Amino acid sequence: MNICVASGKGGTGKTTVATSLALALQSEQHDVTFLDCDVEEPNGHIFINPDIREIENVFIEVPEIDHTTCTFCGKCADLCAFNALLVAGDSVITFPELCHGCGGCRYFCPAGAVRLTPKKIGTVETGAAGQLRFVRGRLEVGTALSPPLIEAAKKKIMPRGITVIDAPPGTSCPVIASVRGSDFCLLVTEPTLLGLHDLDLAVQMARHLGVPCGVVVNRAQEGWGIIHDYCRRQDLPVLLEIPLSKKIARAYARGVPLVRADKTWHDAFRQLYRAIGEMVAGEGTYCHQR
Amino acid sequence: MRIAVSAAGPGPEAPAEERFGRCACFVIFDEQGNVEEVVDNAGKTAPEGAGVLSAQSLLRRKVSVVLTGRVGPKAMRALQAGGVAVYTGIAGTVAETLAKYKSGRMQPATPSAGSPGAGRRAGRRDG
Amino acid sequence: MKELTVISGKGGTGKTSIAASFAVLAGNHVLADCDVDAANLHLLLAPEIESRQNFWGMPRAEIVTEKCTDCGLCRELCRFGAIKGGQVDMLACEGCLVCYHACPAGAIRQVENLAGVWYISRTRYGPFVHARLGIAQDNSGKLVAEVRRQARKLAEKEGKSLIITDGPPGIGCPVISALGGTDLALVVVEPTLSSLHDLGRVLQLTEHFGVKTVVCINKWDLDRKISRQVENACRDAGVPVIGRIGYDPAVTVAAREGKPVIRVPSTVAEDIVSLWACVQKELGI
Repeated sequence: MNICVASGKGGTGKTTVATSLALALQSEQHDVTFLDCDVEEPNGHIFINPDIREIENVFIEVPEIDHTTCTFCGKCADLCAFNALLVAGDSVITFPELCHGCGGCRYFCPAGAVRLTPKKIGTVETGAAGQLRFVRGRLEVGTALSPPLIEAAKKKIMPRGITVIDAPPGTSCPVIASVRGSDFCLLVTEPTLLGLHDLDLAVQMARHLGVPCGVVVNRAQEGWGIIHDYCRRQDLPVLLEIPLSKKIARAYARGVPLVRADKTWHDAFRQLYRAIGEMVAGEGTYCHQR
Repeated sequence: MRIAVSAAGPGPEAPAEERFGRCACFVIFDEQGNVEEVVDNAGKTAPEGAGVLSAQSLLRRKVSVVLTGRVGPKAMRALQAGGVAVYTGIAGTVAETLAKYKSGRMQPATPSAGSPGAGRRAGRRDG
Repeated sequence: MKELTVISGKGGTGKTSIAASFAVLAGNHVLADCDVDAANLHLLLAPEIESRQNFWGMPRAEIVTEKCTDCGLCRELCRFGAIKGGQVDMLACEGCLVCYHACPAGAIRQVENLAGVWYISRTRYGPFVHARLGIAQDNSGKLVAEVRRQARKLAEKEGKSLIITDGPPGIGCPVISALGGTDLALVVVEPTLSSLHDLGRVLQLTEHFGVKTVVCINKWDLDRKISRQVENACRDAGVPVIGRIGYDPAVTVAAREGKPVIRVPSTVAEDIVSLWACVQKELGI
């Protein structure tokens, strides 16, 4: 079972929920992988402290021009949807930072002058903390292409067992790449107008992908029921509440997972998993595909 | 020698445009200052790599001098590879910019003058 | 004209609250929300929308079933695995159009892709450019560039001397797009190990693009030890820490009610005022 933890807004407690869920399940003898898909700013390792045992570079293929065979016809430049090549007199200039790796330039070059060479976009790192498997993608700083790296990280998902995926914030391509194919999407939010607004976007995103979803309210406060009201209207279950507490904020600050800062949370997260399991078994009745 | 000026409109009286990759069009003059051609800037609406596309279109038109405000690093690299001289510091209109160039008061742009702001996904200058 | 871009690396550190507070304090400016993926600044500014424009993304490919001979070439060529069961999966299609150019039967056409909307609005704190990226869209970097372009245009037209930009989180395509050519990046950090970790990556990015960068620590007294680590990391990177804002639950109250934090009574108002003074100095305004 793959559970993706996402949130429209950043900083709502996605990583807190994802790491604690993974740790709580692992302590219950489940076969668990924590997969950090927030490749721009992966933070899960701060809480999980894994031993990284394997680092794999991830590449896309970008063009390299053989100037001895090139006829400078300009076909590659005309066809490139990303304007990553250009013909200037008797040279072809490539802009690897614009390239999406579609390979069109090589396929269409009438002179066979385009060769594809790998360009590193990041790494996928695997390791473990005790029995918990740990995988993360790390985007190379200055690179604009997160989705292919996320796809590469997701290849490490084991067919059996439980994978908890920590998704990046937002609702655009990197999030889609993370959530797509998950059995369940857990949306973490906070009871503020900002949190509500972005939760709504995230719910639309999950529904767009046809992934059933449920909500975790972080920094919950007495008398602030805006998220609950919304969830009622949307027929979405609130599966867990974590109160606003300076103590929890401090533990987070120091990289202590919630389930370690306060052991009583173990049960809450196991309960959360069971609720998710029931929803997935019930074919995600709460969240219909449009 | 053909001289292209980044412009907000199609003619010498139009305001000159600061942005190379995103200007409305280029007014191309011959050495005597006659308008030879006005070309729509293909880069104007390009989702990505606007400057590269604009540069490609000017290179195809055998332009040897470009007068503009800001050029991104990628377009700059492309123009230089094609042997095009780039000058910055436009005046009010296209015609005034040309006059300013003729009187030698425009700045030759060096690769480092290509400000990353003018390019959108500004990359390192070495591309 | 100057541009200030507020970024954070990690989300939720208080970027938007601080940008909104600057909007209250500054005069003669245009506001821009470049967090197009989860735009929030409008929630704090109560904008009146003046105009809206469609934002078109990269055209996508679509298979015209009647013409398709099922040769499979498109599926073979697509590097993004977007051709499935004789259809293009729009969520996977990158818009490279290799299939469109390659199809021997001419059975693939380009379809326009409405990727989002951008707005020009009035707020009591100045004109405001903001946007909304469609759900499941890519190209957020392009929309960020569009918002910045419109903000610059608006500032020129209305004679404004400053653009205050609320930037996106992360270090990927939208942030890269938000940073290019800005005059000053203000990184909002909180004293957590996560934020400290992300700060390192953000500072690498701003250095990579040669953007002048300063840091402010939000909720600095939440964990003084980590605050010191943040300061040390900044010193090592040669980036000045120009402000510290205290931890005050009133900030959450402001976010809850949708107000710029400086508009509610709190102990942090003074911190934000002095931060703003330092930012002005760094910008030379």
